[in-house]
Amino acid sequence: MSFEKFLFYLFAALMIGAALMVITRRNPVHSVLFLVLAFFNAAGLWMLAEAEFLAIALVLVYVGAVMVLFLFVVMMLDINLAELRAGFVRNMPVALLVAVVMMVELALVLGPSRFGLDQYAAPAHRPADYSNTTELGLALFTRHLYAFEIAAVILLVGIVAAISLTLRRRPDSKYLDPGRQVTVKARDRLRVVRMQAEERE
Amino acid sequence: MESVIALWNALPLVVQILLKIVVIMLPLMIMVAYYTYAERKVIGHMQVRMGPNRVGFFGFRLLGLGQPIADAVKLMFKEIVIPSGANKLLFLIAPMLSIAPALAAWAVFPFDAELALTHINAGLLYILALTSLGVYGVIIAGWSSNSKYALLGAMRSAAQIVAYEIAMGFALVGVLVAAGSLDLRQIVLAQQGSLLHWFWLPLLPLFVIYFISGVAETNRAPFDVAEGESEIVAGFHVEYSGMTFAVFFLAEYANMILISALSSLMFLGGWLSPFQGTALESWFDWVPGILWLLAKTLVFMFLFLWFRATFPRYRYDQIMRLGWKVFIPITIVWIVVVGLMKVYHTPWWFN
Repeated sequence: MSFEKFLFYLFAALMIGAALMVITRRNPVHSVLFLVLAFFNAAGLWMLAEAEFLAIALVLVYVGAVMVLFLFVVMMLDINLAELRAGFVRNMPVALLVAVVMMVELALVLGPSRFGLDQYAAPAHRPADYSNTTELGLALFTRHLYAFEIAAVILLVGIVAAISLTLRRRPDSKYLDPGRQVTVKARDRLRVVRMQAEERE
Repeated sequence: MESVIALWNALPLVVQILLKIVVIMLPLMIMVAYYTYAERKVIGHMQVRMGPNRVGFFGFRLLGLGQPIADAVKLMFKEIVIPSGANKLLFLIAPMLSIAPALAAWAVFPFDAELALTHINAGLLYILALTSLGVYGVIIAGWSSNSKYALLGAMRSAAQIVAYEIAMGFALVGVLVAAGSLDLRQIVLAQQGSLLHWFWLPLLPLFVIYFISGVAETNRAPFDVAEGESEIVAGFHVEYSGMTFAVFFLAEYANMILISALSSLMFLGGWLSPFQGTALESWFDWVPGILWLLAKTLVFMFLFLWFRATFPRYRYDQIMRLGWKVFIPITIVWIVVVGLMKVYHTPWWFN
């Protein structure tokens, strides 16, 4: 077994193990951390497939940003485990059925008859100076430009929608505008009045 | 000399790589140790105090130069206290998670035109990905210690780091547009010419934003609400003692050195001589590039200390306002400006 193959099986086994832990751990924070581990191993697999841009972007975007927010939310949640597990046995048959159907569907679509080596030949090894990032950029900004820009606009609309849905104006908020704060002069706040001095009695 | 090279080539690859890592790590760790000393000394003098001046070697005080070593020995022999309700495994993993990215980032760092552990053509992305992982150490430390102050510190830190990471990433996008490469070596070579060719001038707003975001990312004053002594004692590492605390401490200083070195690499021409393109160039030819890099890095490292002695701590809502409403819009505008400069081949920088 070559070293590369060994690495592939190592990453794959760790990833499946971590993914199993995500759904079996009781503590949701542990689940999130195992999900991070699964992402790392996926990045390792992509690296082996010579897709270094995607591998690093996976770590950067999912591990570095998305999962941090997940962890952030999960830590703040007060999860009642007993309540969550109450309907487990009752819902078990339905869940199993759905799982089996999904497995069969996946096997049919992704099976070797469609994605086997005779359908897609193994990619050739690229020389060390081949830049995956450049090639990806060229493809995205030439051939797939419209699809790329439409996706970007959809994401932008999503951001605006999420913000406008959750934004609430609070009239009781004591927000200070720093721009006005720093321009305040003493005479804006204090009025010095000249008065006739009174004699002491 | 030849026998040394022959011996080196005879070593197995793993041993060669390990030796190279030691060659990078050892000076780095010494720098971290003496950075803590420099911090106490510099801030001491800024506040008209002496700073540490007692611990020396062999009965000589030597301006207190033995202080970092005494501190390290003290921390190593102190007991590691684990709080009763803590999640033991995560509690002990958190310091490691915070120091590992700070050290791993040096793997792609070019110290000279040829001197680097590895050359990878996505070096900038790799560094960006690794620096974004540092936040896990802080969050997990805060959560696993089972302490409300630690959790508050972790929450503040997580929100702050996520906010400033975006500005930092956009600043680096500007750098990669200007240099046309993700390879750190190419980024430095693209700045060749003279002191005015370095990216600090065409990318001035991005340069300033990158460094300020770097200060925020490392949780240093004036952005150190994650520690905030007056409000939440010591923030995320309030429950840590002994060596576990020392590792957090090391990680913070290693991160500061990393940010300083990256700023000098991407905006101040890295190992390039500042006299390039002037009459003095041939006079300073003998200076090895790594010394220029070190000098530039030390300037930024001094800025970190200067900031801490100068600015009062930001209020939390002001930190968020600065990150989201000021830095991110400026970086987006400047990326467009850099793009236009690049497309129209602005003379001097992008011709």
